[in-house]
Amino acid sequence: MKHFTALFTAVLVMAAANIAKTQEYKVGRIKILKPWIRETPKGSKVAGGFMTIHNEGKTTDVLVGGTFKASARVEIHEMAIVNDVMKMRELANGLKIEPGASVVLKPGSYHVMFMGLEQKLTVGSFVAGTLNFAKAGTVDVTYRIEPMGKGRMKRGSHGGDSKTHNGHKK
Amino acid sequence: MSNRSLIVWAATAALALVVVVSTALYLSINSGKPGGTVLSSLVGGPFKLTTHDGHELSDKDLRGKPFAIFFGFTHCPEVCPTSMLELGELMERLGPDADRMRYLFVTVDPERDTAKHLKEYLSNFDRRLIGLVGTPKEINEIAKAYRVYYEKVPTSGDYTINHTATVYLMNSEGKLASTLAYGEEMDVRLQKLKRLIGLN
Repeated sequence: MKHFTALFTAVLVMAAANIAKTQEYKVGRIKILKPWIRETPKGSKVAGGFMTIHNEGKTTDVLVGGTFKASARVEIHEMAIVNDVMKMRELANGLKIEPGASVVLKPGSYHVMFMGLEQKLTVGSFVAGTLNFAKAGTVDVTYRIEPMGKGRMKRGSHGGDSKTHNGHKK
Repeated sequence: MSNRSLIVWAATAALALVVVVSTALYLSINSGKPGGTVLSSLVGGPFKLTTHDGHELSDKDLRGKPFAIFFGFTHCPEVCPTSMLELGELMERLGPDADRMRYLFVTVDPERDTAKHLKEYLSNFDRRLIGLVGTPKEINEIAKAYRVYYEKVPTSGDYTINHTATVYLMNSEGKLASTLAYGEEMDVRLQKLKRLIGLN
């Protein structure tokens, strides 16, 4: 019996660790993959959150908001560079995810905007938050903090990874 | 109106049209060329701002060394930190030659970006970056001189700023030599900097 409890606990711990590592979250018919945020410059009051959202259901759902442990408020934003001008706007009605579709929040596109950031986000750490969907409801997620240069936009890139020789100057 | 004066009018109008069209063509052909003559005098101009260390800096103080100038704000989640990060990487690749030019970050958010705040922000990147702040009027003047677009956009809790993401490369006379586009290949940007400081 003792052995069974120990084994059971071990399996539970491994499962939990696996979830944290794979970073896959489910709520209703919505699946969220690998939420991540770039490391912030010290003193920065904002950060951008990215992830992939998949709608496995038959009806449209909308990401309407969320919370973040390290910031006062969360908004959903869209960013685009138009004629060399960076334009960002809040999606006041949220981000729609069509049935069967995936929406990728990534640099240069949609992101969750954390405002009133209360602490510096450092590489390798994880910070908790929630995401709120109009239909599916609220789900707890954990964001992984990645290096500042991750996922950089490249103009006219011909595939391949960005040459990230990260000379981190502090 | 007599036939004669009608002809004179028509000829003048035609000539005016030719002048306008050829000027427009000339301008458009010359735009984007490094050191292109007409456009280079359209970007850049006098300004007076305050550095992140609290010192006054004017366009005259920049004469003698070429410089890169970027317009952004600290509440910018992606373009600005990435641009500063990449400028730092380019400086690293230039090695000691990086000191042949200056690197400026001008805030387009004078309400939130004080000298102190900008100093803290820039301390995350290469220490050679010079932050510039000013009153809304001073910022407006330099943005106009550099033909930089910026626009405050309210969000439900706060505001963000749309702004030109380009880095302008100015020669030692303060005239536009080239530009670095956001997301441009780093090797291409490096070549432009080398050309700016006279290395190739």
